[in-house]
Amino acid sequence: MDPVIRIENVTYTYPDGARPALDGVSLDILPGTFTAVLGSNGSGKSTLAKHLNAILLPGAGRVLVDGMDTADEKDLIAIRRRVGMVFQNPDNQIVANVVEDDVAFAPENLGVESAEIRRRVDAALKQVGMYDFRMHAPHLLSGGQKQRVAIAGVLAMDPEVLVLDEPTAMLDPRGRREVIASVERLCRDRGITVVLITHHMDEAARADRVIVMDRGRIVMDGAPGQVFPQADRLRALRLTVPETTELILRLRAAGLDLPPEAVTPEACADAVKEALCH
Amino acid sequence: MSLIELRGLTHVYSQGTPFEKTAIEGLDLTLERNATVGLIGHTGSGKSTLISHLNALLKPTAGTVLLDGEDVFASKASIRAARFRVGVVFQYPEYQLFEETVAADIAFGPKNLKLPQPEIDRRVAEAAAFVGLGEDTLTRSPMELSGGQKRRAAIAGVLAMEPELLVLDEPTAGLDPAGREDLLEKLFAWRQARQAAVLLVTHDMTIANRCDRLVVMSEGKIVMDGAPAEVFARGGELTAIGLDLPAPALIAELLRRRGVAVPAGVYTADQLYDAILALRGEGGAPC
Repeated sequence: MDPVIRIENVTYTYPDGARPALDGVSLDILPGTFTAVLGSNGSGKSTLAKHLNAILLPGAGRVLVDGMDTADEKDLIAIRRRVGMVFQNPDNQIVANVVEDDVAFAPENLGVESAEIRRRVDAALKQVGMYDFRMHAPHLLSGGQKQRVAIAGVLAMDPEVLVLDEPTAMLDPRGRREVIASVERLCRDRGITVVLITHHMDEAARADRVIVMDRGRIVMDGAPGQVFPQADRLRALRLTVPETTELILRLRAAGLDLPPEAVTPEACADAVKEALCH
Repeated sequence: MSLIELRGLTHVYSQGTPFEKTAIEGLDLTLERNATVGLIGHTGSGKSTLISHLNALLKPTAGTVLLDGEDVFASKASIRAARFRVGVVFQYPEYQLFEETVAADIAFGPKNLKLPQPEIDRRVAEAAAFVGLGEDTLTRSPMELSGGQKRRAAIAGVLAMEPELLVLDEPTAGLDPAGREDLLEKLFAWRQARQAAVLLVTHDMTIANRCDRLVVMSEGKIVMDGAPAEVFARGGELTAIGLDLPAPALIAELLRRRGVAVPAGVYTADQLYDAILALRGEGGAPC
């Protein structure tokens, strides 16, 4: 399968940066997959995300979206339609006074025909569970609801890839659950490619693939079940392991026969029950 | 005597207008010195309204705020005193840095106290040391710092006021796991050294788990108040008001649903580990 995003040996240094924020990064993202990107503050995660839809352009190397080079200005609009971004603070991303107007904003700007806009806005709001709020004022919604409206705004562009840069950092637990559940559904049911930048290990545990960055490089890359059991290495990178993995590693050390790759709470509970039966 | 005592605290926003909204209603709460209290509750539960009363940023619609037994709103002088004795670090405080150097930013509060210069210098140095900012950092512009350093500089500015009650609203949001741990340890050390009271607003149940006491808010009221063990034993109620369980409590609950006989009250990693090992070979799981 051809990757939807291909990053080839990308290096990027901010104008005032002493060292590169990205240092020779290569990465293929396959369509329909859910990738989580982890790393300490300053590891290059957000810089990487901003390269995926040409907010930043590589200093060296190149980024291809469906084969189009992000440095090629004539493809800029096509690239931004394919790769939508959602940021940390929902209040900075909402522009209209009514939820459905906000979601319609991007397709209107793209000159999409109005019946099609109506269809897309309704579909997008249903996909994130916000259809019943379509006539509400965005500033009266909760953080999790606002963030889902922001995601719907991106969906209305009919993107192939959804990039989310710490979308839950400012949300309460219910808001976090709502947003992550929506994102997971979009990937699993609708085949949208998801790239999720996060500090929350429990969110990353739900992905197909976890990428760990350190000082502008990719230092770990694998399924959550392969990455998280490497507890010492993660701690050395200023990260933690999910509490599920921590428990499983301790129980294994005590002689219980448990698979280290059971990283979600559900998988962990299944594995413990199974092990207690043997 | 308790450091802070709230009696029947009620706050109604936009009273007498069509937008009238009761944010908190009839709250009773005491905060003691040398203890860390976690304040948890979903967005809109009234946490921010509550903390804005502690240093007199908001005046109660009804009820009183007592600081060392004295009504905070008794006079202009008592309001001013509360602003100095209760330090509040709001969310994302790094956006509030404005001075030319980090040292000047940290010194802003103590200067307003009209302290003598040597005392200001001492407080700046001490607060910076507490949050782990080196001397070389103090002469730099706050704009040159990393996100984590800015956060610590902003917190140092409040510590330099040497508050008796330090209130922090989500101090670790957006920090990486190691940065989160580092900041928490520094805050716990500061609290210990100053024998101060700390009120920590958090959505992170791992952090809540480490407080001496938890206060849970929902719909403008305090619905639980007790040790983490007591609060997390009421997992179903927490989930119902939109909060998380700590991961070990969640796994324990999932195991019970699978017929594994994990005892009630398990909410820490150690307890869960012990409970699972105790079930080994005991027929504690349906097979």
